[in-house]
Amino acid sequence: MSLAERAFARPPWRRRLAGGLFLAACLAGTGVGLAGLALLAADVLVEGWPVLSWDFLTSFPSRDPDRAGIRAALFGTLWVMALTALVAVPAGIGAAVYLQEFAPRNRLVRFIQLNIANLAGVPSIVYGILGLALFVRTMELGRSVLAGALTLALLVLPVVIIAAQEALRAVPDSLRHGALALGASRWQTVRAVVLPAALPGMLTGVILALSRAAGETAPLIMIGALTFVPFTPSGPLDRFTVLPIQTFNWAARPQPAFHHLAAGAIIVLLALLLAMNAAAVALRQRLSRRGRL
Amino acid sequence: MSPSRSLPGRAPAFRGGTARRLREGAVVALLFLCAALSVATTVAITWALASETVAFFREVSLLEFATGTRWAPLFSEQAFGVLPLLSATVLIAACSLAIAVPAGLAAAVFLSEYAGEWTRAVLKPLLEVLAGIPTVVYGFFALSVIAPALQRLFPETQLFSAAAAGTAMGVMIIPFIASISEDALRAVPRSLREAAYAMGATRFDVTARVVVPAALSGVLAACILGASRAVGETMIVTLAAGGQPNLSWNPLEAMQTMTAYIAAVSLGDTPFGTIEYRTIFAVGSALFLLTFGMNVLGQWLVARFQEAYE
Repeated sequence: MSLAERAFARPPWRRRLAGGLFLAACLAGTGVGLAGLALLAADVLVEGWPVLSWDFLTSFPSRDPDRAGIRAALFGTLWVMALTALVAVPAGIGAAVYLQEFAPRNRLVRFIQLNIANLAGVPSIVYGILGLALFVRTMELGRSVLAGALTLALLVLPVVIIAAQEALRAVPDSLRHGALALGASRWQTVRAVVLPAALPGMLTGVILALSRAAGETAPLIMIGALTFVPFTPSGPLDRFTVLPIQTFNWAARPQPAFHHLAAGAIIVLLALLLAMNAAAVALRQRLSRRGRL
Repeated sequence: MSPSRSLPGRAPAFRGGTARRLREGAVVALLFLCAALSVATTVAITWALASETVAFFREVSLLEFATGTRWAPLFSEQAFGVLPLLSATVLIAACSLAIAVPAGLAAAVFLSEYAGEWTRAVLKPLLEVLAGIPTVVYGFFALSVIAPALQRLFPETQLFSAAAAGTAMGVMIIPFIASISEDALRAVPRSLREAAYAMGATRFDVTARVVVPAALSGVLAACILGASRAVGETMIVTLAAGGQPNLSWNPLEAMQTMTAYIAAVSLGDTPFGTIEYRTIFAVGSALFLLTFGMNVLGQWLVARFQEAYE
């Protein structure tokens, strides 16, 4: 039976009913995700709100839940993110510029592209194993901020490359042709015309990649960041802890008092991620309004 | 593919002096090195996993690893059968997909076929917030909300359970499956929908009998890539699924996945060079191969639906 025959074989009320039920099922399915989000937010706020205070932000972790805070984790997160950005952003944008603007269309380049797509799907804990074997053991960086940041930089590199490539792809060819016609070399074209035009899109991608790095726990556990760290790092070779690790540490304990601390740390972490995402959106709108594109 | 393909040649369009050409070459070389870094990462991952895995299999037979039903590398009477870890991984991933596939697909169908522009503009970013939440937060959610709720529903549920971890993971994967499926649904050309409407089909007929079947390879890809995500997830299972290897298909029991085992060993102080230390790499290799296989299959399917309608 053809589609039309099947559709008309049923009386109109049944067709309407089937359509209504289907829409209801779609709405219900969409609702599952939204309900999960609402429940999660409510739970974290209810459990974590009471522990939030200035002292919570400025105290070091402690075995006494009443005096414990996230100072070490907060500074550790800022350190790790800064170092991760320092490595991943130039390397990622450089790779994207090469692949998008300079690369010949050969097998090697297609292989690199495929490889990037695959790296984006490698579980984060495998990057942790790489960090453990390469940075902690072979390069003897120890369980340091630098080892953690390098591990996370490799983890977010494919994300940065893919986002930057998309931003470059959105730059119209007419801009490139205009610059080349004026006698600019290819690199001059890229530097003076293409990169500025792609900047808003790239910044958004970079911020999103960094917010992924800020939330990662598993790779840092692998390189051994889960220890009692009652100090803020003063250099890249110091030991460290970060917000997700501190959260994990508290959430894994049986006492409810520590669960409240975990929820408090989660609120701070989510606020940080939200601020980064808001900054990404604002930046994109501001820069694209300046009329480059 | 790339816009620069239409540019003339590989040399500068306007030939400058030697100094300029040298500088240009140096810049391109530097950029190439950046791109090569991604290949170096793959090589390094392979090297890191392979070197210790080979050492591991010098002491333990591949047959025992692949078919043994007991995993106890830290006990005095050691056993190295990976099946309990593998079964827990598969069971928890299945639990999460049982939630994420219907919910994600429903959300994708609603957003692509039913929602108006305004509804879409509100709902899509809200769902994407779910994708941006760190996994350790989902682990906390599983422990403090889902596990108690499950215990009230099924009193025999253990404190840590595959079901609690799987449920939280399901919520986490919803936006992932929704976004790939939606891309696939939107790639179905308008003409197919309009042809069906012209034959008198209702919106339900069009969606369920024309659009979804036409986007099937993309939907399938979303499920496979979502499954790969679930298999590689670490923090939710470390927090909420329990820490004992357990060869069981009962989702209400506690069990340890491959990722949770790797994390648990590195939490302890296992000395370098011992067989216990090498188990991390052996299990890590198995995990890597498993997710790699799924990712390649998923990407191949995505490429197929992108090709089909362009």
